[in-house]
Amino acid sequence: MKTRLLILAGTLACGMAPLASAQSVLIRGAKVHTVTERGTLENADVLINDGRIVEVGRNLVAGPGTSVVEARGRPLTPGLFGGITGLGIQEVSLESSTVDNSPVSGDARKAGPPLPRPEFDVTPAFNPDSMVIGVNRVDGITSAMVAPGGSAGAGIIAGQGAVARLDGRVDAFVRGSRSLFVDLGSDAAGGSGRGRAAQFMLLDQAVREARPPKPMMERDYQLLTASGRETLATYLNGGRVVFDVNRAADIRQVLQLAARTGLKPVIVGGAQAPQVASLLASARVPVFIDPLENLPESFDQMNVSLENAARLNKAGVEVSFTNLNDGTHNARKVRQAAGVAVANGMPWDAALAALTANPARAFGLGTEYGRIAKGYVADLVLWSGDPLEVTTLAEQVWIDGRAQSMRSRQTELRDRYRPR
Amino acid sequence: MRLTSIGILFVAVLTAGAVEAASDAKVPFASTYQTLRSQPTLIRNAVVLDGTGQRLDGADVLMRDGKIVAVGRTLDAAGATVVDGTGKWVTPGLIDVHSHLGVYASPGVEAHSDGNEATDPVTAGVWAEHGVWPQDPGFATALAGGVTTLQILPGSANLIGGRGVTLRNVPATTYQAMKFPGAPQGLKMACGENPKRVYGGEGRAPSTRMGNVAGYRQAFADAQDYQASLKKYAEELAAFEKRKSKDKSAEPPTPPKRDLRLETLVAAMQGEVQVHIHCYRADEMAVMLDIAREFGFHIAAFHHGVEAYKIADRLAQENVCGALWADWWGFKMEAYDGIGENLAFVDHAQNSCAIVHSDSAEGIQRLNQEAAKAMARGRAAGLEIPPERAVRWITANAAKALGIADRVGTLEPGRIADVVIWDREPFSVYAHAEQVYIDGALQFDRRVPASVPRSDFLLGQPSGGVR
Repeated sequence: MKTRLLILAGTLACGMAPLASAQSVLIRGAKVHTVTERGTLENADVLINDGRIVEVGRNLVAGPGTSVVEARGRPLTPGLFGGITGLGIQEVSLESSTVDNSPVSGDARKAGPPLPRPEFDVTPAFNPDSMVIGVNRVDGITSAMVAPGGSAGAGIIAGQGAVARLDGRVDAFVRGSRSLFVDLGSDAAGGSGRGRAAQFMLLDQAVREARPPKPMMERDYQLLTASGRETLATYLNGGRVVFDVNRAADIRQVLQLAARTGLKPVIVGGAQAPQVASLLASARVPVFIDPLENLPESFDQMNVSLENAARLNKAGVEVSFTNLNDGTHNARKVRQAAGVAVANGMPWDAALAALTANPARAFGLGTEYGRIAKGYVADLVLWSGDPLEVTTLAEQVWIDGRAQSMRSRQTELRDRYRPR
Repeated sequence: MRLTSIGILFVAVLTAGAVEAASDAKVPFASTYQTLRSQPTLIRNAVVLDGTGQRLDGADVLMRDGKIVAVGRTLDAAGATVVDGTGKWVTPGLIDVHSHLGVYASPGVEAHSDGNEATDPVTAGVWAEHGVWPQDPGFATALAGGVTTLQILPGSANLIGGRGVTLRNVPATTYQAMKFPGAPQGLKMACGENPKRVYGGEGRAPSTRMGNVAGYRQAFADAQDYQASLKKYAEELAAFEKRKSKDKSAEPPTPPKRDLRLETLVAAMQGEVQVHIHCYRADEMAVMLDIAREFGFHIAAFHHGVEAYKIADRLAQENVCGALWADWWGFKMEAYDGIGENLAFVDHAQNSCAIVHSDSAEGIQRLNQEAAKAMARGRAAGLEIPPERAVRWITANAAKALGIADRVGTLEPGRIADVVIWDREPFSVYAHAEQVYIDGALQFDRRVPASVPRSDFLLGQPSGGVR
């Protein structure tokens, strides 16, 4: 019965897959937020061909067969990045049969602290037809990091994820975005069953097993499987590792680990990141924060503040936004969070970059995604007003230059129950 | 409120009995709230959303002795401190009907987990106020968001979780000093997945929605018995009082053993506490409405109600508020049908009572933004929702659900002077509560960092929070 319901939902989502397959599109007369040095262009045109932006400027000419969209001065931004999410691997968070973000689930979690499994990879489990994706897409979210679930049963090394395009395609993951996720600090203690010092000990041991200083016997490998060692070794060789960590002292440890091993760190959480902002800026370490956080949920977040986004940005840190509260179903809330960051001192352009160019660059996609510029992938959103304002809605979303259906399961429910 | 004749009799008897038993403590855990000292203040030339559905442009608001004196054009300052409201918007102080501040305080360490007495599905005898830690830094951040009154509820692990308490958002060492004088307590009940997950997972009842309903009904049936025994005792006591002067050998009747659990449920049936039910699905809300009818209690509000839009007319007809989120959805099966138009659709029904609630230390800081999102969705769906209407979702309607609409929630003359001055239209992500008045006293001023209350817990810690 359960299965049948899920299939039904899947069918519904399929019906809302991308609409047209226009090869060439001209968006005319928009307020174009390029997220480049060109800044914002009033009354500008964007020409798209074969999924790429071919021209941004005034009075562009639509060739034959080009479909024209009149923007009438409305704002156009790059498609928004949804942050670190469980999109496509989590349909209903509390229903374990619909959640694919952890190597262990259900009762297995009670068996004790799991061993780190860096080889765990959520990407094969991705469901491009998930209804949750459509709900976020109609709000302007065109891509997102699909990440393993963190400490809930996964241990400190949660596994691997990658950035997915959210237009229903089967081959959704963007090459070069693959990342390993590590969870550290007091909120990781529960899942790992171990305190902070033990977390660093395990991490060191894992590194040693993946890249032994001298040949080791098979019996000396206590922590990682052969596959896990192979996986971790690739990340130690300049791979991207995302650390979910808040305390300033822990961030320092991460930076030292990165210097020792050669991995490229990304920080998520970062409640106390402003205390080490200059280190993060000079090492060009991207930081994902939730600008809505201003209460010490744990002792690791003692001085978290609504001004963190502004402070980090001012210090030259490359800031990106994510919803740490419900980053899957409400990934779309990052847009509101960006507005709140602006209300608390972050320049508007920097806040938009934190939803577009910065996360793209953080995950190795900065030359192709997150900007409105020649050669960039045509993931775009046309808005009814200020894109960071809570009363603004997405009017049209394009992914790869294709106009996406602006319907979702929620608009179906809305229309069924709309008061008459 | 539904006071039956039996109820009135019962209240009278209980009060008399309590006075007899303990003469100095007629109400346990009485409020020690002190109205804040204020000076007369006139806010001049602002856009005023008064909470009654009116919008007044270029209007003044006069506060004196903790009360609203008048709202109108060119009021006489008469010695009051004048605050320039040019370019600002003024609303009543915001009210959150669903908060767990204090009972799930920051930092969220195990020791601060005081919101669910998850040891029995019916714990009607516990009171959220006894779990409230007044030093939760979340009270101050809520104040910065314009929240002046809030209800702290027990969590939703239990079918009947216990009593909620309505607090004034003032810094205090004890919760009694925050307790809204005269505000009725709430009764927290919960539908659906949570109770059956918590107890079913332990192999005990309830493990199904059937078990849930049997659980509520048995509890209220027990409360009816208790109520009858109290009534019988009251009658016997009255007869004894009448007889004892004539008949020296008359024995006083034995009072029934006091039962704190059933006392709460009897209070609900007598309309002395406001019943608040955590319930997501439309069909389950309908079941709860039937249970309320069976046992003669009124439901003040359904909380969360992500499917409230499916029964918007019914809720309005039954005079039940919907305390809702703007966009939380999908985290569990019963939240799968959430839509961004929920608040607007519930609001659209005649005589409706739509409320934005938070259930979150983050959400309570921006009830105005949550309302704004819902307003935008409603407008896009073709409904006309001006700011003066949407503001009722976070003020007057919330006051109604808490049973304090005659005291707060609007800027009508005589209401408590809880007032927020916003630096622009509040339904914007960029809006800040610039000044927050409680009892007509300036409690928060965004331009004066020192005015932000700082809980004991934050002293000597690196600073964060509002700033």
